[in-house]
Amino acid sequence: MSLDKDQVQHIAMLARLKLADDEFAETVDKLSRIVDFVDQLSQADTGDVVPMAHPLNQAQRLRADAVTETVDRDHFQENAPSVEGGFYLVPKVIE
Amino acid sequence: MSRDLHSQTLTELAAGLERGDFSSVELTEDLLGRIDSHDAALNAFVTVTAERALAAAKSSDEARAAGNAGVLNGLPLVHKDIFCTRDVLTTCGSRMLENFISPYDATVVGKLAGAGAVVLGKTNMDEFAMGSSNETSYFGPVKNPWDLDCSPGGSSGGSAAAVAARLAPAGTGTDTGGSIRQPAALTGTVGLKPTYGRVSRYGMIAFASSLDQAGVITRSSADAALLLGVMAGFDERDSTSIDHPVPDYTAALSGSIKGLRVGVVRQHFDDGLDEKTGAAVHEALAVLEANGAKLTEVDMPNLDLSVPTYYVVAPAECSSNLSRFDGVRFGHRAENPEDLLDLYCRSRGEGFGAEVKRRIMTGTYVLSAGYYDAYYLKAQQVRHLIADDFHKAFENVDVIAGPTSPTPAFKLGDKTDDPITMYLNDIYTIGANLAGLPGMSTPCGFVDGLPVGLHLVAPHWGEETLLRCAHQYEQLTDWHKACPEDFS
Amino acid sequence: MSSAWEVVIGLEIHAQLATSSKIFSGASTAYGAEPNTQACLVDLGYPGVLPVLNEEVVRMATMFGLAVNATVATRSVFARKNYFYPDLPKGYQISQFELPIVEHGELFITDADGNEKRIGITRAHLEEDAGKSVHEGFEQSSGIDLNRTGTPLLEIVSEPDLRSAKEAIAYMRKIHTIVRYLGISDGNMQEGSFRCDANVSVRPRGQEELGTRAELKNLNSFRFIEKAINFEIERQIELIEDGGEVVQETRLYDSDKDETRSMRSKEEANDYRYFPDPDLLPVEIDAAYIEAVRETLPELPAAKQQRFVADYGLREDDAGILVAVRAFADFFEDVVASTQGKAQGVANFVIGDLAGALNRDGLDIEQSPVSAAALAALLDRIRDNTISGKIAKEVFEAMWAGEGTADEIIEAKGLRQITDSSAIEAIVDKVIEANPGQVAEYKAGKDKLIGFFVGQVMKETGGKANPGQVNQILKQKLG
Repeated sequence: MSLDKDQVQHIAMLARLKLADDEFAETVDKLSRIVDFVDQLSQADTGDVVPMAHPLNQAQRLRADAVTETVDRDHFQENAPSVEGGFYLVPKVIE
Repeated sequence: MSRDLHSQTLTELAAGLERGDFSSVELTEDLLGRIDSHDAALNAFVTVTAERALAAAKSSDEARAAGNAGVLNGLPLVHKDIFCTRDVLTTCGSRMLENFISPYDATVVGKLAGAGAVVLGKTNMDEFAMGSSNETSYFGPVKNPWDLDCSPGGSSGGSAAAVAARLAPAGTGTDTGGSIRQPAALTGTVGLKPTYGRVSRYGMIAFASSLDQAGVITRSSADAALLLGVMAGFDERDSTSIDHPVPDYTAALSGSIKGLRVGVVRQHFDDGLDEKTGAAVHEALAVLEANGAKLTEVDMPNLDLSVPTYYVVAPAECSSNLSRFDGVRFGHRAENPEDLLDLYCRSRGEGFGAEVKRRIMTGTYVLSAGYYDAYYLKAQQVRHLIADDFHKAFENVDVIAGPTSPTPAFKLGDKTDDPITMYLNDIYTIGANLAGLPGMSTPCGFVDGLPVGLHLVAPHWGEETLLRCAHQYEQLTDWHKACPEDFS
Repeated sequence: MSSAWEVVIGLEIHAQLATSSKIFSGASTAYGAEPNTQACLVDLGYPGVLPVLNEEVVRMATMFGLAVNATVATRSVFARKNYFYPDLPKGYQISQFELPIVEHGELFITDADGNEKRIGITRAHLEEDAGKSVHEGFEQSSGIDLNRTGTPLLEIVSEPDLRSAKEAIAYMRKIHTIVRYLGISDGNMQEGSFRCDANVSVRPRGQEELGTRAELKNLNSFRFIEKAINFEIERQIELIEDGGEVVQETRLYDSDKDETRSMRSKEEANDYRYFPDPDLLPVEIDAAYIEAVRETLPELPAAKQQRFVADYGLREDDAGILVAVRAFADFFEDVVASTQGKAQGVANFVIGDLAGALNRDGLDIEQSPVSAAALAALLDRIRDNTISGKIAKEVFEAMWAGEGTADEIIEAKGLRQITDSSAIEAIVDKVIEANPGQVAEYKAGKDKLIGFFVGQVMKETGGKANPGQVNQILKQKLG
């Protein structure tokens, strides 16, 4: 099943990806091919098979409720593109 | 003058260090020198950590003198640039993390360092581990030491090339759909992907969480066993890491393969497999049989759905895993964003390469409203069927053997036009990831001068079987010892 | 509101669980730290980090489920809710979707007609909180503080069974009391540890189909919630009656203007693309675990209230006030256990003077400067006639100010009640003699003047005469 431009535009927006104009056409084409390819799955006879989210059948381990992390904020913020007064900055958000 | 240190395996080097034939500093200097001379041709490295390596080598020589030698004391290796290394650049092959200095070490990195390993540098890889040819890296493709016009495979292409070219005796890698085993096959090295949950994923930048596993690329099974013994084990920081005892993998090597039941998958040997590659693999199977293994045909009826299944599940998980790259706390940030939306869209649009963006979008699509059931849920059901095929097969065989890759190394640029062509490289390896099974590739011949690999898959926690089988095969053949001419 | 319309309200309450560390990391959850000093690498969503589940949140969610008669799932699954926002570092929130830990609960409120009404609780699930955005103080930017990221939340979703703002408040208060009773949340709305969103719609009475609903957010006090809901009901009815249609949207409540308004519309409706989080495994708890947690459940407010009425003979509404806060009820019981006096008397004092002093000084019962034992001792002095009830209030205030025990203060201030009949008689005689006019009026039938005489006797005795005896002797002497 091929994807059309609007669908690709919508997906790119959901994923917050800006595609350059010259990328766009190629992306539509390649994504369509990929979707076509995975469409094969619809042929599979899966009946009531339980979806496998994890390869090993295990339950979640529980951790004791204790403070075990000390936060070195300055060290962590060395990688931050824009910080001020300990806050991470983003363009102003209007709610 | 050089005692050909670079040709020795990790196991041999360990013995040499133990005997005092040479020091870790000498060994490290030797390899750093080789990297300096040869890496320009290969582009296997993103970062060479020369100073740190020499300091670590020096410390390990001192520790050895003081009687405190860890199991990997003084042994050099390289880390795929997907592992977070504290205070060292960790790029994941991407422009998005081009300047990212990790504030912490991955658990695996810590364990290997704790055992005394010396890190020579961080190796190049397909961007965010998405690729089978190491051509999607922001830092340029890696070349195959056997033929510089060819791909070394991917996504752990840098580690594979470095090991094959004798720039390092071993390297870590990660394997989500075959990213350790396939480059190992294409470069004539040994690649091991453990059982899912065997090795901690903490600090390993996530691609597809339910498929990713850390592993090794080496030049022998003995080396793989040595490293796995250090890397394996429960990690409380990783909820998917399993508390399963770590056996002595080195001790497992020497077991006999007499009576070993080897399954050969009917569906493997079809049109998709290059004839000569198939022939080499058949040869390898014949060697096993001649030495006591029993070959049986097994049926994997859902095999041909494994690649489409993977290309729903992996992109779905990665589309979510990569959402954290938004230009806010780390990573690439677009200049002068107009507003929040622009910040996100441009930072991510600029920071990610085409293949990564395609996979994110594929993943977003298959999880989106209206498509989830038909794609994601369906894929997870097929995944279950594939896992069941393996479990059924393992009722009658101890290990499944076949080709690692449908062809030997292909020319760079050959498969980059059609994503599907590239994806199909993983046809033999992907099943093990979907089912969480351990898999291994060991060299089993040459086709037109390029290496090919024998692929082995065992049941959960069957690393010992893999290592034993591969090691015994290596005693009977010399493929794993072959060295590319330009790098001897 | 015209009875032609029926209001349908569902509430989504987010209660922050009172753990020491975060739901998926070992960073501290303490309130009020410097920005980003409690956001560890896991909370920051750094490359390569992974979540590990805090056992305490499972216990707390189980407690809640049992307290509201719900099914506690033996298997629940964490799912990723994917969307982009600066206070959500991973670009997804770890929550629970198809398989929540608690389902099908209920609680009971009293409706407008005074009848008991069952409100269904669809589900309660675990999730992580997001960070905070600060929009003032930065040039053209917003500042993001991720300390709160990863704080555990229990999201409690009601069935759309509520039919008025009052019912909504009653339900919310009950949930608030329960989570505090269980000790799983401090329910502090000012600090954001108890938040509520309301889904409000209207439909013509008798219609089965639900009307389009609006989601009200930013409701951080009981008072505002009531006003917001009422405003929204009016708005929707007016809109429909004017021929318009209610749009499904999120609306913020503006407390200054007392109105709801539409949030800035987003370009796309959110498609959260929920899927099971592959970094976490299914949470599995067995019946034995659930029963063990059940053993630790405290007596819940409804049961406690009934017991107070039955065992202490309290009035229903007094019992209701006492049980609203567990520590308060415990304090009351401690006093009762330590005093000889009647429980209703204790209740009156606790609800009156003690609560008054706590409110005045902005203290919680745990911070009361007067202990239960000390208060019991004071009440005993009323009972044994050492002081009158009125004087006791004075003594209480002195105790509150830290001046000592009841006995010490009574001694120091000479507040002992005068109970000697002859002494009182003497003073009564004196007062009767001094006020012949009022005596005559009283004898003529103006009964209310008894109060005047009592007052005069009290004045003479500095308030220390036993009022009961004063009354009795006055009546005797006045005839």
